[in-house]
Amino acid sequence: MMPIATPETLAEDEAPVAATGAESLVEVRDLKVHFRTPGRQVQAVNGVDLSLARGEVLTILGESGSGKSVTLRSLMRLLPEQRTLLSGRVRVAGEDILAMSRGELSRYRGSIASMIFQEPMLAFDPVFRIGDQIAETVRRHEGVSHAEGLARALELFELVRIPSAKRRLSNYPHELSGGMSQRAMIALALSCRPRLLLADEPTTALDATVQIQILLLLRDLQRELGMSVIFVTHDMGVANEISDRIAVMYAGRVVETGTVDAVIGRPRHPYTLGLMQSRASGELRGRRLSAIPGSPPDMASPPPGCAFAARCPRAVEACREAVPELRSPGEQHLAACFRLDNAEDR
Amino acid sequence: MKTAISNALSTSDHASRDRGGKAQPLLSVRGLRKHFLIKGGGPGKPACKVHAVDGVDLEVRKGETLGIVGESGCGKSTTARLLMRLLTPDAGEMIFDGDPVDVMGGLSLRDMRRQMQMVFQNSYASLNPRMSVEDSIAFGPQVHGLGKRESRQRARKLLDQVGLLPDQFASRYPHELSGGQRQRINIARALALEPRLLILDEAVSALDKSVEAQVLNLLEDLKREYGLTYLFISHDLNVVRFISDRVMVMYLGRVAELGDSEALYRAPAHPYTRALMSAMPSMDPLRRTQVAPLDGDPPNPIDLPPGCRFCPRCPMAVAACHDQEPELEALPGGGHSSACLRATEVQAQGRQQEALDQEVST
Repeated sequence: MMPIATPETLAEDEAPVAATGAESLVEVRDLKVHFRTPGRQVQAVNGVDLSLARGEVLTILGESGSGKSVTLRSLMRLLPEQRTLLSGRVRVAGEDILAMSRGELSRYRGSIASMIFQEPMLAFDPVFRIGDQIAETVRRHEGVSHAEGLARALELFELVRIPSAKRRLSNYPHELSGGMSQRAMIALALSCRPRLLLADEPTTALDATVQIQILLLLRDLQRELGMSVIFVTHDMGVANEISDRIAVMYAGRVVETGTVDAVIGRPRHPYTLGLMQSRASGELRGRRLSAIPGSPPDMASPPPGCAFAARCPRAVEACREAVPELRSPGEQHLAACFRLDNAEDR
Repeated sequence: MKTAISNALSTSDHASRDRGGKAQPLLSVRGLRKHFLIKGGGPGKPACKVHAVDGVDLEVRKGETLGIVGESGCGKSTTARLLMRLLTPDAGEMIFDGDPVDVMGGLSLRDMRRQMQMVFQNSYASLNPRMSVEDSIAFGPQVHGLGKRESRQRARKLLDQVGLLPDQFASRYPHELSGGQRQRINIARALALEPRLLILDEAVSALDKSVEAQVLNLLEDLKREYGLTYLFISHDLNVVRFISDRVMVMYLGRVAELGDSEALYRAPAHPYTRALMSAMPSMDPLRRTQVAPLDGDPPNPIDLPPGCRFCPRCPMAVAACHDQEPELEALPGGGHSSACLRATEVQAQGRQQEALDQEVST
């Protein structure tokens, strides 16, 4: 239906976002997510390929409407069943997520993959103590007693470095500050020792001084526990702090991907370049920002060619006709643009 | 009143509205204070006070952009609302271009609000969902006595100026617009009364980066065209540094540091400013942040510590910091003041650190 990166177009060592088959924990191939709404169908994700090695941190970077959160949620099958059309292949730890039954899903969620969100307050039930909520999760998944669950909750609180952990276990969610409740949610997510942690903008609502604490904590935990992490954010700085590799999404597709060094240090796709150049900073005082003109396309009727063509300074006729495949402009680096070779002629 | 606003249609009238000359600050505020009372949490629990804004002095010079930065709870938005009188201050006097505001013989609130307008963070919540954007923009001028037809004309002109084609957008409703477009409408509406001072309270914070850059460019254009003065409030240090001439850093309802933008960013003289700056995520893959500059969350402004309010989190606090609350004092060199007993040491340490970093990188 649409050209996407096929194995033939990619040399062996540059398979989409690296990761070789044997070691990869997550394999996403040609994922499409369409939402049915009365009268129209929104094509939120349009053929995304991702793979993630064990112990690796991948960031999906994108603006609102790029499909980054939808991609993440499909890894947990958290999208409304009735209105969502999912296709493609999603495998986590060798299991086919899209084929799972309800029972299989509730076993999978929490113990293999678990998720943290932007709003920790919404992840907890406001009328139960936090310690009890974590203990219940542990009991439900691992069949231990409530007391053992509580002991585990205490361990977890210490792991996420909550001061006076014991006292905090008997707090209600509203009694914790923003940073503290984010730590508590991370504890809840880690309670059943998941191998994959999915993080959906967990630091966006936090103040800068707290955000950096949480990013450093996640980095430490990932290393200590050897977890794989997929982190979703719109902030390039955050992506730079947390990730091993970055996948930049635009209008439901991955447009550029590679190591942090490659994507942040030597971006090649015009969209990524545009994002970098539109960042306000002190050095640019008194000058005009080179903003990306226009706005993203309506995903109910995406354009036939490259979705970025309408806003792209380098677009030519070919860009409006076909969707470019991911090509490699350098080691550990892929970008979906017809004009990569002309990158320097700006 | 009516004639005043009709006459003020053209931009050249802006100059004639200037009263005290260039040297007189456009807005000057002394001892601004707002404490919110919270009812007791049940029998036996006493009511407590939130010290949202606790004695702020500020001056906005004509034609400048004054940036205010700080974390949640520092009082930056409350300050904005107090200036607009969306909240009534507990104390403090306010002088707009030489006229005291809301006192006998001074500027009335209605007149002040014609000269001072505000743009909010939530672009959707600040527009009436049942009014077309043209009606929203024309509403203010009509209330202030401009005719229906002229108001609409002005609305269309403003739409054009904020980069939205009037024929295409005038009859749309807020839900039919994207976030960036709605924020443009809010800016147009704020400008409809031809104010001299625009308060932008996190006006670009909810926008995507690519759209944020468009709106920042627009703000610069409008500023030049209308000779505007901005009070720009944000938590994003990069954006504030980009747009502001002077920057004010707030912490728990007080001004921690104030200075010319470049001087303040190059040599911060308050430990809090320095921490804020090093908490910004790095954009260099080879130089990621290794240590968080501050522990814990910003405290709530209810139970304030004695002495300097930053000292419980301050890496440089000494005994004296716990006893006395430092006043904002000018630093040698001018154009820069800090409310820290050890301001010069903070700056010296910063310079040392910078030299060290330079050595490492070369």
